[in-house]
Amino acid sequence: MTAASIESILLSLRLAGITTVILLLVATPIAWWLSNTRHLLKGPVQAVVALPIVLPPTVLGFYFIAFLNPAAPLGALWVDVTGSSLTFSFTGLVIASLLYSLPFAVQPLQSAFETLGRQEFEAAQTLGASRFDAFVSVIVPLALPGFVSAAVLTFAHTLGEFGVVLMVGGNIPGETRTVSIAIYDYVETLDYAAAHTLSLVLLVAAFTILLATFVYNGRRRSAT
Amino acid sequence: MSLGIRMQFTASRGGFTVDAEAELPGQGVTGLFGRSGAGKTSLLRLMAGLDRASHAYFEVNGDILDDSSAGVRMPAHRRRIAVVFQEPRLFGHLDVEANIRYGAKRADAPPIAGFEAVVEMLGIGALLARRPGGLSGGEAQRVAIARALMSAPRLVLMDEPLASLDRARRDEILPFLEALHADLPVPMLYVSHQQEELLRLADHVALVEAGRLSRHGGLAEMLADAEAFPGEARAAVLDGTARATDTEFGLTEVGTAAGPFWVTALHDPGTPLRLIVRANDISVSRTFPEASSVQNSLPATIAAIENEDRATALLVLDCRGQRLFARVTTRAIARLGLAPGQAVFALVKTAAVRKAAGAASVPVPA
Repeated sequence: MTAASIESILLSLRLAGITTVILLLVATPIAWWLSNTRHLLKGPVQAVVALPIVLPPTVLGFYFIAFLNPAAPLGALWVDVTGSSLTFSFTGLVIASLLYSLPFAVQPLQSAFETLGRQEFEAAQTLGASRFDAFVSVIVPLALPGFVSAAVLTFAHTLGEFGVVLMVGGNIPGETRTVSIAIYDYVETLDYAAAHTLSLVLLVAAFTILLATFVYNGRRRSAT
Repeated sequence: MSLGIRMQFTASRGGFTVDAEAELPGQGVTGLFGRSGAGKTSLLRLMAGLDRASHAYFEVNGDILDDSSAGVRMPAHRRRIAVVFQEPRLFGHLDVEANIRYGAKRADAPPIAGFEAVVEMLGIGALLARRPGGLSGGEAQRVAIARALMSAPRLVLMDEPLASLDRARRDEILPFLEALHADLPVPMLYVSHQQEELLRLADHVALVEAGRLSRHGGLAEMLADAEAFPGEARAAVLDGTARATDTEFGLTEVGTAAGPFWVTALHDPGTPLRLIVRANDISVSRTFPEASSVQNSLPATIAAIENEDRATALLVLDCRGQRLFARVTTRAIARLGLAPGQAVFALVKTAAVRKAAGAASVPVPA
């Protein structure tokens, strides 16, 4: 494998890793709120969260460029504060990935919380645990398979992201040239051997991650 | 510090309204009795702080937990109100011991019972290392009771803890609850729609009807109340002392104000006992029944006859100043020519027996 291929793999892993960590922190309160609320905003919020599933990545990418390019007010503000542009940068990719993979983090968590219900959460509170304590000490361990699913799906989905990266990031080695972009690039330049190697790496990685998750969740279910 | 539980809750949820106000004893077991859907669980959830009331005042033995007019609403986790729900609600990721210690670890008040004592009383010592998933329904509910007791509560709420269990499991847990009742240093509110559980556990009874606490009083007073416990549910409570035992047949003679009673099971002489005699367990005879299997025949006078329907009536009997209730058919009344003022023998087939353990005289807040 070439150095460029390895660089793209490491970049994809970094992007997926950072996105997964941030997204679990962001998605957990959203999923908890959605699974417990009867608020009027529940429907709209759920719809917004699910949007990236049905929208073409190019649409997401287009709006991202439209609002966050250095000439747009929000993008200009970012340039003023940080001195760098959001488009064609790794930071921009992370932000775009957060939006793009949001439903893959929120939905498994929401479904895990809804299956669990509030019974144990209430019991923990009557035993003296604050809501936060009850969440950390009871809900998180009981909903662990949901967290694992959310992390795996977010990671895998971000790893395979293509359209948004192409629109937002372009093809800058070490900055925005992820595995999927690299494969596209190799095919365009008729370097099928390199494309083949990278594709196989992605295929095996995705299969291994999913297999490990299913085995883990299956074992947990039969243990309890 | 004033003793007693004072509450006033007004709340609406999904078309059901709770509007309950009462002052209940600050010690002993108060049974919250009412049919399904009467609002017992809703009331309990308001007390535990799990649901919000539109107006609330709640005071337990001098500590104010809710006072909405003063903007006071203590969060559930600071109330020190332990709840045993209908389902055990154990934490599946922790073993039994960690479940029991969950509340104890977070308690900032002195415990009301030691870990070993609670585990022994509930007979769960062999389960400590097990996961809740492998427990039977009865075992799980006993663990849930232990977990609640170990959280250093100021008040224990039990919401039909036996409702989800079959008859055999219920009979397995009731003795533990009776034992608990004798030792419990904090008040307990016990929700049930089973009269039998109340007879065995409650010192005081509050009726819940359509979201209201319609009336409450001591167990004896409430059981004798026709509106609270109509028909076969009517019962008389007699406090007495074990006097003698018949070890050959396993019987104990209990001296009561109504006369001596033979009850099954052996109790040491001198033990204070409380007998509960239900209307269905008494029949009457105009002559002394020489050859009857019934062991207790007490001379009594018919004080009143309350007709229930065409077929049945309730006789109120005066037995040396004590009231007993006998449910009989109207045909028996006609054939025997029963009338108020008449002398009869009350034949008591059986009585529920409870160790009184000082519970007979629970002071009611003035």
